[in-house]
Amino acid sequence: MSFRVVHYINQFYANIGGEEKADYQPEIRDGVVGPGMALKGALGSEAEVVATVICGDSYFASNMEKASADIIEMIKKYKPDAFVAGPAFNAGRYGTACGAMCDAVSKQLGIPVVSGMYPENPGVEMYKKSAYIVQTKDNAVDMRKAVPAMAKLVLKLLRGEKLGTPAEEGYIERGVRKNKFYDKLAAERCVEMFVSKLKGEPFETEYKMPTFDRVAPQPAVKDMKNAVIALVTSGGICPKGNPDHIEASSASKYGEYDISGVMDLTSEGYCTAHGGYDATYADQDADRVLPVDVLRDMEKEGVIKKLHNKFYATVGNGTAVANAKRFGAEIVDKLVADGVTAVILTST
Amino acid sequence: MKLELHRLFVKALKFGDKTGFADGTLTVNKKELLDLISEDPLLGKNLDVDLAIPGDKTRVMPVKDVIEPRWKIEGKGQVFPGMLSDVETVGEGKTLVLTGAAVLTAGKLVRFQEGIIDMSGPGADYTPYSKTFNVVLVLEPSDPNMDKHDYEKACRMAGLKAAGYLAKACADVKADKVESYEFANLRDAMGAMPNLPKVGYLYMLQTQGLLHDTYLYGVDVKKILPTLLSPLEVMDGAITSGNCVSACDKNNTYSHQNNPVIADMLKRHGKDFNFVTCIVTNENVTLADKRRSSTYATKLAAMLGLDGVVITEEGFGNPDADLIMNCWKCERQGIKTALLTDEYAGQDGASQSLADSCPEGDACVTAGNANEVIVLPPMDKVIGYAEEANVIAGGWNGSLAKDGSITVELQAITGATSELGYTKLGAYTI
Repeated sequence: MSFRVVHYINQFYANIGGEEKADYQPEIRDGVVGPGMALKGALGSEAEVVATVICGDSYFASNMEKASADIIEMIKKYKPDAFVAGPAFNAGRYGTACGAMCDAVSKQLGIPVVSGMYPENPGVEMYKKSAYIVQTKDNAVDMRKAVPAMAKLVLKLLRGEKLGTPAEEGYIERGVRKNKFYDKLAAERCVEMFVSKLKGEPFETEYKMPTFDRVAPQPAVKDMKNAVIALVTSGGICPKGNPDHIEASSASKYGEYDISGVMDLTSEGYCTAHGGYDATYADQDADRVLPVDVLRDMEKEGVIKKLHNKFYATVGNGTAVANAKRFGAEIVDKLVADGVTAVILTST
Repeated sequence: MKLELHRLFVKALKFGDKTGFADGTLTVNKKELLDLISEDPLLGKNLDVDLAIPGDKTRVMPVKDVIEPRWKIEGKGQVFPGMLSDVETVGEGKTLVLTGAAVLTAGKLVRFQEGIIDMSGPGADYTPYSKTFNVVLVLEPSDPNMDKHDYEKACRMAGLKAAGYLAKACADVKADKVESYEFANLRDAMGAMPNLPKVGYLYMLQTQGLLHDTYLYGVDVKKILPTLLSPLEVMDGAITSGNCVSACDKNNTYSHQNNPVIADMLKRHGKDFNFVTCIVTNENVTLADKRRSSTYATKLAAMLGLDGVVITEEGFGNPDADLIMNCWKCERQGIKTALLTDEYAGQDGASQSLADSCPEGDACVTAGNANEVIVLPPMDKVIGYAEEANVIAGGWNGSLAKDGSITVELQAITGATSELGYTKLGAYTI
């Protein structure tokens, strides 16, 4: 029995038309279309292209959520074992669509996904973490090399073979970290690298230091008297018993807690869920991390207009940046909708 | 300074009438050991001592510390100075080592920050302490409402006492192997090996409060300014751990006693470089402390005219800031660095691994991504409390399944991503 592969291409490669047909709505056809022929050849007898999805680049870009959801439904019926998109070379909208579909298929169907793009295609930066994207040249002349490389990679993934490094396999580094056991202790590897560096010999770091996106703080609030202030913390403060089971480390969620009428966080009512610091003092008096008491005083004194009646809390300890970003974005939407004008962020 | 380690190789472990060592077997008089640890009024009545043998279908959790039994049979002072013994300087003379044995402190949770050790199965591959013959202390506080700092201290002291007791009972046995270490004073070290670079080891210790503290000659390290230490003092237990949150990358006492960075640097001493000293520094929580300690530690390295330092971090997140400050403050004074850390790249490995970074950190070894998830199959026997899997760092509500299997991040496994580099785990980018 051979593996079942669904292929995604745009209107241009399906010979439907160029820019004038870019609003072409998604459809699925049995078997191969356009570059699918080359893909079929490269896959050989081990895998079969059972269907091809065709979608206009403009349509996908303007209707991303709907297009992606519709296509997923179309694909499901074919019970694919893998999904291949493109290659898109340096076509920006096509690359973005290929990346977005790979991302959606990988997350929703949990099958291997492979695309092919030129490294400067915007789809690479957006979706390289979601898919194996084979590195191609910037135009379709490279088709005869790109497609076999994509086929080779998808077959390896289907067979469950262990992949080599991005350079060995020909895909663009995804920036995803995987564990492995080395032959030597980490201590020995470190001292060895140290000696190479001392001697001025070449060495390869095991982790390239990232460049962080630094966020400049907002300007100071000028009109405090009319400020509605919310408290948000990564210090894990929550109602006693941690009702939402926020994890002590590597949090997958945040909590939203109503403090209407709460003037002071007491040890009977509040604690911390955080597993990454000496929590004794936060458990004794959670105001030390989330200063509700002081803000209530300021509210009474008229220094601020109001303390927002909800606070948001998660645990920063070992929590993935991707999760933290998502929590932040969701919390901000809620705060803005509730008319909050300023936020005090506390850590631990 | 000269220290001999007199090693007895422990290849079997059992309870018996008399605590001692013969023909590779360490025998433990359970009652005697229980009586010893029960002396502490802070510990409760239901204490136990159990054994965990490599290959057994046994799980120990929640584990607080791992300690190697050692006892000085000649020379000044005694092991674990300032904790178990007086504050005399150690690192000279002869020290008996029960190689292959360890004491684990386990039992009632201090505060959801402790670890898991599986003696077999997939989890065993990730912890060095599945290969040691373990004497497990199952502890509880005498008062369930006891201050957590007091209970933590009681557990810590019980472990050190037990380790000292076991090795002391074997003090008369002739060693299977004797290893000899010498370390020069600074005057001699500075004049020696003119053609080799002078290097040091910048030894970062976690110092952030309960279950995050480390002790140097009994002093809470968060209260020190960075200072110099001979690697031989470390072998005699000058550094002890009160530290196990998230258990994967906390340097338990055992890994200090057997610090593999020190071991490798001593091996290369005289060949690749001239290893002059360890510089011990802390990882406190305030920015002022971080700036002060990193400035002071790197100043010591500069005062000694070091050409390079190996820097090991302990912990993650907040201490990443200390690591990075130590790194660039060295590099900008012309002192080359290599860093040893671990990663928190998310369960999918797609997030950034460190909380801070600098371009000078171009030589970095990592002990792996601690967020990676592992399924630990059920075991025949659990020493301690399996249900804590749902709350310990690295676990979540539902980590413990009905069948006894546990799904957790590697961070819950004691020593899995040791930043002293005591495992072979690492990570690479796909």
